[in-house]
Amino acid sequence: MAKDTLILAFESSCDETSVAVVKNGVEILSNIVATQIQSHQRFGGVVPEVASRHHIEWITRCIHQALETAQVDYQDLDAVAVTYGPGLVGSLLIGVTAAKTVAWAHQLPLVPINHMEGHIYAARFVGEFQFPQMALLVSGGHTELVYMPSEHEYEIIGETRDDAAGEAYDKIGRVLGVNYPAGKTIDEWAHQGQDTFHFPRAMEKEANLDFSFSGLKSAFINTCHNADQRGEQLNKYDLAASFQQSVVDVLTEKTLRALGEYPVKQLILAGGVAANQGLRERLTNEMRKNFPDVTMLQAPLKYCGDNAAMIGAAAEVAYRHGDRAGNDLNAVPGLSFPVNKKE
Amino acid sequence: MKILALDTSNHPMSVALVEDDQLKATITLNMVRNHSVYVLPAINDLFTKVGWQPSDVDRIVVAKGPGSYTGVRIAVTTAKTLAMTLGKDLVGVSSLKVIAANVPPITNQLIIPFMDARRGNVFAGGYQYQDGQLTNVIPEQHIGYRQLIETVIKRGQSGYLVGELTKKISAEGVKLPDNIQLLPQTYALPSTYQLARLGEQAAAVGNIDDFVPNYLRMTEAEVNWLKQHPGKHSDANYVQEV
Repeated sequence: MAKDTLILAFESSCDETSVAVVKNGVEILSNIVATQIQSHQRFGGVVPEVASRHHIEWITRCIHQALETAQVDYQDLDAVAVTYGPGLVGSLLIGVTAAKTVAWAHQLPLVPINHMEGHIYAARFVGEFQFPQMALLVSGGHTELVYMPSEHEYEIIGETRDDAAGEAYDKIGRVLGVNYPAGKTIDEWAHQGQDTFHFPRAMEKEANLDFSFSGLKSAFINTCHNADQRGEQLNKYDLAASFQQSVVDVLTEKTLRALGEYPVKQLILAGGVAANQGLRERLTNEMRKNFPDVTMLQAPLKYCGDNAAMIGAAAEVAYRHGDRAGNDLNAVPGLSFPVNKKE
Repeated sequence: MKILALDTSNHPMSVALVEDDQLKATITLNMVRNHSVYVLPAINDLFTKVGWQPSDVDRIVVAKGPGSYTGVRIAVTTAKTLAMTLGKDLVGVSSLKVIAANVPPITNQLIIPFMDARRGNVFAGGYQYQDGQLTNVIPEQHIGYRQLIETVIKRGQSGYLVGELTKKISAEGVKLPDNIQLLPQTYALPSTYQLARLGEQAAAVGNIDDFVPNYLRMTEAEVNWLKQHPGKHSDANYVQEV
């Protein structure tokens, strides 16, 4: 039996400070998450400088709590891993600086992790990965279709041309008086309403794999403003249902198209918006109908949002493949996957 | 006592290793660059040259601000993480006091360290040697450069201004009275040797987890929010473990 791999993982790319200890990439020994949501709700969205200040308040607490909870000491660790992008630069810097320092202090290898790679690997907690594989990544900052021909090989084959899906949720949430993050409430409302507004499905029928949500967002906002001017009260449940139906239709349509072009064994659904019940249900049904041989792995609800456990899961693979960073690792806010984007 | 001192409060980045009052090694970079790329390699380089292991250090002394928010956070995050993970003492020293310490204890005149805080403002405070100890006599504050000079003139004391006179501050065109002297720019560069010496005498931080930079300013978002929500206070705990 091979030796266990224990990784201390850091994640601080946006408004969660998180440190985890993950064994062999699949077993979460601890996952400490300090969330700043209540702080940023005061402002209706994440304020970068406020986020950075909270990260530095919480970082060391998270580190020793992660080790204590896991009952692991530094000499038991094989590596330290950290999200170095994409994300907010000031936020990323706290995790990157702390992770580098711990690695240096205890002479441990440092493994740099792409935040989106981490989101994909959250699905590893529900089942073993098989390749080739496709991932639909949907979060507040990203909407991407990622093709993985083999382990540790990523290719973005479709992405949003404007807003991320989660961003669109937050923006229309504001119009409906729902505070950030609006996804959960809109999802709940959607289940109580009907698609009566028939908002546009942007690029749904176009032969590429890209997304666009700004047109939908504008159509939604215009509908609400016009009703306001007429003094008309629109049904918020139907508005939510109509918006969500459009988002889910587009995400599903493009995912199915991608699966048609790239035969895979598994489809991964991950990212903050992957917690959306409407999307989960719809994709499950469509997959059963259209691709019964492709297994779908949905990241567990608990690990859809930002957390260090998923970084630890991804890091085990990166560590095995020899990815290493030096003491000069910097935060890369606009980090992308090694992209071989199809024209 | 083996001390690691580090300061990234403004564009200079400086690291020093000091043992029993003696400077063993130091690196200073004075470029407008990302400190996150240079600070840990500098620490590693100095430890290697001096032959220390990370765990050999007894005390970590950090310039805790004021200064550039992102800049200060690099050194403070490095220092608090290192102190926590190695179980060593942590000491925070005002970044303004570090600059004031460039003036040797051969005068009891007022020493006014300052740094550019944008839009004609500075972070500044007043220090004075009392019984050989550099003592704060004017609270550190975020203040217009012009207003700072007026405040100092009102006190009627002679003094030294120490800090980098950036183009933006010079543009304020403030004339100094005869008894206030701006020291040459060589005095404006923070010395982590001085920082280590200031930190050697100071009490160590009680709870490393709670140690944060001294920004001297609330964020703009919080200032506006407090205006709209009178009676609320900004230091309530808004972060939850889940």
